[in-house]
Amino acid sequence: MTEITFIEHNGKEHKVDAAGGGSVMEAAVKNNIPGIDADCGGACACATCHVYVDEKWLDKINPMGSMEESMLDFAENVQPNSRLSCQIVVNEDLEGLVVTIPESQG
Amino acid sequence: MNDNSQIIIIGAGQAATSAANSLRQNGFTGGIKIFGNENLAPYQRPPLSKAYMLGDTNVERLQFRSLEQWQGDDIEILPDTEIVKINAKEKFISDIDGNFHNYDKLIIATGSRVRKLNIAGSNLENIFYLKTLKDSDAIKGHMVAGKRIAIIGAGYIGLEAAAIARKFGLEVHVLELAPRVLARVASPELSGFFERLHTERGVHIHTNVQVAGFEGDDKLNAVLLGDGTKIECDVALVGIGILPNDELAKDAGLVCENGINTNSFAQTSDPDIYACGDCANREMGDKRMRIESVHNAIEQGKIAAAHIMGAPMPKLESPWFWSDQYEIKLQIVGLWNDATQSIVRGDMTQNKFAIYHLDSENHVLAVDAINSPPDFLVGKQLVFNKTALAPEIISDIAIPAKEFLKNIV
Ligand SMILES: Cc1cc2nc3c(=O)[nH]c(=O)nc-3n(C[C@H](O)[C@H](O)[C@H](O)COP(=O)(O)OP(=O)(O)OC[C@H]3O[C@@H](n4cnc5c(N)ncnc54)[C@H](O)[C@@H]3O)c2cc1C
Ligand code: FES
Repeated sequence: MTEITFIEHNGKEHKVDAAGGGSVMEAAVKNNIPGIDADCGGACACATCHVYVDEKWLDKINPMGSMEESMLDFAENVQPNSRLSCQIVVNEDLEGLVVTIPESQG
Repeated sequence: MNDNSQIIIIGAGQAATSAANSLRQNGFTGGIKIFGNENLAPYQRPPLSKAYMLGDTNVERLQFRSLEQWQGDDIEILPDTEIVKINAKEKFISDIDGNFHNYDKLIIATGSRVRKLNIAGSNLENIFYLKTLKDSDAIKGHMVAGKRIAIIGAGYIGLEAAAIARKFGLEVHVLELAPRVLARVASPELSGFFERLHTERGVHIHTNVQVAGFEGDDKLNAVLLGDGTKIECDVALVGIGILPNDELAKDAGLVCENGINTNSFAQTSDPDIYACGDCANREMGDKRMRIESVHNAIEQGKIAAAHIMGAPMPKLESPWFWSDQYEIKLQIVGLWNDATQSIVRGDMTQNKFAIYHLDSENHVLAVDAINSPPDFLVGKQLVFNKTALAPEIISDIAIPAKEFLKNIV
């Protein structure tokens, strides 16, 4: 299990245990984190799982695929540390990962 | 609503999950009970004809949460428990074991069931439908190289299964009554694209054909067409549409017309009973629509929860949908049916393009994006705002799609 902290736009924190091999989005859904709707269930088709990744983990997470990049290019409130959480694979290196949920998903 | 209030949800699927989550997120502190007639926690259906059937994901990941995780959220899930009656007057429901459960508010999220084909031989072995995890597992068992599958009905589920069957090396026949594939759900241009794609990948597409019967001893060995042609096959998958599960509602005296009628707050004709998802015929502007999609189920679940809690209504979106076939990702937003012009942007032969559907005044009503997320995401905003866009601008790929949004005020 890997600990991940989700921070809502209003600052509310949620610490959850995520299963290795699953996605950060799945960890959010399993714990009913507000703001991660994940309408497409991880098919990289909806961008409702958008998060900002804390700088410290940016080089530890798996790189972006072209579909994700292209979705993010057009999502709302995009920043340089934006990712689609359904495309981030959980592993031990991500222990303590912190992600923030954008205002548009608040 | 208070700590002692009891909310019951019938059906444990996508809409039920959304409603229960939103009730808790909106601060509901009373009891929530979800009754489902399948034997596992609520799960996603789209992967049943996509990643799950391909073997790229597993049951744990299909379920939104495990049964234990649901208990942790103080939401009681009762799997394997069919609800058989709603007593709207006295506000209780009855389950198949004869127990009664009282509610203050009831949410019906019973989804839909497959339409069955009742023709000669339909009881033979190896004829399948695709709705549940069990169905997907059963079909997957036949996805073996060299076998022959007949897919009856060229809707999204049928075509997704066709793509997977090809990947596993089966001989695939798609049999469709209408003159084109996806006739009920997609524009002629999009149908044409998918027909070409599947043909190129070796699928035998037969349109304008009537399936008259199945043949075989115990097991299926051929599908018989209306003109006498026989399509030899080992397995058949029938995907000819769904019917809303609205019988409980009808019995309880709720107004139903092709699904359970709901107003813009997801309320049925009884103000204490809501309906969400595939089973609901929702009011949308000046029409009613029964929409079969994940987005619709999630949105209506949120609407019902917000209304019960007196919370602000969620931000609505235009209906949208996706489909994965081979390496093609299709994303559709809006409803193309009232369009008078369809403008192609990009190169259809490169499998990366979009079709913009406009009315006679160039308002964007729908966008079909094929391997082209920018057109989908821009399209979402154009369709929502009913923006007018000149056809020559749409087809000019030198203009990035992002520029289209400048016209939205
Ligand atoms: C193979 C497949 C692929 C799909 N692909 C896509 C896709 O790519 N994109 C998309 O947007 N949509 C897709 N859909 C449609 C989408 O899954 C549905 O629209 C969505 O699941 C509807 O949610 P729901 O909650 O209304 O119904 P469901 O999720 O079907 O849940 C209803 C549940 O209620 C149960 N139930 C019914 N009656 C009773 C009763 N009396 N007592 C107890 N329980 C009861 C049912 O058994 C079921 O488990 C697909 C559907 C299928 C089958
Ligand atoms: S869940 Fe839809 S893009 Fe991540």
